[in-house]
Amino acid sequence: MITAASDTAIAVESMDNPDIARRAFRTMQLSRAVEDKLASLYRAGMIKGGVFLGKGQEALSTASSIFLRKGDIFGPCIRDQAGRLAFGDTVLDTLRTYFGSAQGPMRGRDGNIHRGRPRDGYYAMISHLGSMVAMVGGALYARRQRGETGVVGVTSIGDGGTSTGAFHEGVNFAAVEKLPLVVVVANNQYAYSTPNNRQFACADLLDRAAGYGIAGHKTDGTDPRACLETLNRAVQAARDGHGPQMVVATLLRLVGHGEHDDAGYVDAGLRKANVGRDCLDVGARQLLEDGLATTGELAAWASEAQAEVEAALDIAQREKGPDPESEDWHALSTERLVDGYFDAEEE
Amino acid sequence: MSVTYLEAIRAAQERALADDPRVFIYGQDVGVFGGAFKATKNLAAEFPGRVMDSPISEDAIVGMAIGAAVEGARPIVEMQFADFSTCGLNQIVNQAATLYYRTNIPCPIVVRLPSGGTVGGGPFHSQSMEAIYSHYPGLVVMTPATVEDAYSMLLEAVAIDDPVIFCEHKLLYYHLKADKLPDSAMPAGKARIARAGRDATLVTYSAMLHESLQAAEDLVEEGWQIEVIDLRTVKPLDTDTVLASVARTGRLLVVGEAWPWGGVSAEVIARVATEGFGLLDAAPVRLNAKDTPVPYHPDLWAAHRPTATAVAARLRQLLTQ
Repeated sequence: MITAASDTAIAVESMDNPDIARRAFRTMQLSRAVEDKLASLYRAGMIKGGVFLGKGQEALSTASSIFLRKGDIFGPCIRDQAGRLAFGDTVLDTLRTYFGSAQGPMRGRDGNIHRGRPRDGYYAMISHLGSMVAMVGGALYARRQRGETGVVGVTSIGDGGTSTGAFHEGVNFAAVEKLPLVVVVANNQYAYSTPNNRQFACADLLDRAAGYGIAGHKTDGTDPRACLETLNRAVQAARDGHGPQMVVATLLRLVGHGEHDDAGYVDAGLRKANVGRDCLDVGARQLLEDGLATTGELAAWASEAQAEVEAALDIAQREKGPDPESEDWHALSTERLVDGYFDAEEE
Repeated sequence: MSVTYLEAIRAAQERALADDPRVFIYGQDVGVFGGAFKATKNLAAEFPGRVMDSPISEDAIVGMAIGAAVEGARPIVEMQFADFSTCGLNQIVNQAATLYYRTNIPCPIVVRLPSGGTVGGGPFHSQSMEAIYSHYPGLVVMTPATVEDAYSMLLEAVAIDDPVIFCEHKLLYYHLKADKLPDSAMPAGKARIARAGRDATLVTYSAMLHESLQAAEDLVEEGWQIEVIDLRTVKPLDTDTVLASVARTGRLLVVGEAWPWGGVSAEVIARVATEGFGLLDAAPVRLNAKDTPVPYHPDLWAAHRPTATAVAARLRQLLTQ
């Protein structure tokens, strides 16, 4: 169910509205709360399969989708828990998908970060990096063909994902078609364990924007204020008909690739450097500096986020998984075209 | 007045564009140029903005179609040659084929694959890809062998809510003709008995139908009546029609132009062996292309693929076993 991205987002989409910074920070807090919970559930052996978190990327991720409206399209990537929530995904659906609940959007058929509600413009990523770029582009193409204007699509990827052929083909196609697509690249320094210097040889990933003939924006991914300003500009430019926009943010993944990974390969110097800052710490300081929140409010919001996670967990944990007996085991929507041989074989 | 297989494909796309504003065509050189084989000739002029050239990006071509389909469009994408669909394989098998199962949202795209061998085509402009796509759940795979089916099945493919891999055979494009386009059609998923017979069942599809029919004709003089079944769609596979025929004839040969390992012919034989073992008077056999890349030289190519002569020879062996 998409709620946050719809009406509320329309009301506060301008950076002139101080509420955007508060709302963004609360989304970041909520994302961190649910991810901390997921990490402990994983350690407790309560989640089957992997857990893939976006710790350290909440500012960029939130900014990626917070300026989207109802009718826009969001194709998130692995570390976009915060952006998912900002677009209207819920803590409950997050936990449901990790648990494989039949009530969740993926009904136990897919899990963890592979969730979405495509009818609401919230696309469910596949694992093959770069594949969502052309898909979101195609959605925008269809909208334009239908005569809709002012629609924006945002999709995100990491530094490693930019090396895929699919990423190149997708961005190039979007550029040729001048689609209102924002591609957010989170350069978190490592693709799983592979550092930037084994991933690409250009001086800056932003250089690629010029190669595609599209606008490029650089931002500090550890700085929530900068992320909001940059993404506001990029989304607005796309909405105003200036074609694809590439945002490259520099930051550090503060967790492993997944919770199975201790990230021992991360350079200790990076952790101590500016790039290794925790964007939640930076965001809290900024809100206090700007007089947009008090320490009491920040603490209260954190408690509320915690309570929301616990309430959702209480529900999700009690929900049933899918029933293999009642599954139809059909991969087509057209019943008459299902190869019934395999059904009959089991009987 | 007659219409070729290729003209039928063009006419089906023209009608789909005319009948349904959600339909558009996207692919390399499909616009003003009209496609490498002219399957979209004049359609860009007839339907402005709806028949568009793409970059040479098979992955993006299919990926964009999937996104457009989610938003309610009915895209037809053309791979210039079926062989190049391997560059879009990921989007086809991982994105399009899984979308409905994962999200409950259907993915109504048609991927047209100009398929199969022609003289001088060589290793990369000759492939038959139906087995690869049939292997993946979530795809419908059509292999029309006649002008009528090329037309009606392509129209049906556009109307189907699921991804359809439409394997059209290049060898049939120009020389296969019909008097007119059909007014009615058998639905996809149903095989057709192309020639009735009592002595053996020959199951085939696509261009191999014509080699098979010729072989069946050649065996008439020797007193054999071969029943030839055109599968039309290889997925779903109409097992019932095949089994019913084998029940009448007791013998089965499956002919396919694709490579032998794990393909459509293997699947048909596996099903008949499992479900109709008692119906068989001889071990079921198959005839496929040789297990090498498709060769360039016409003499090598003619020996690589099953021909009417080779089919007839295999039938004679089967009939006397």
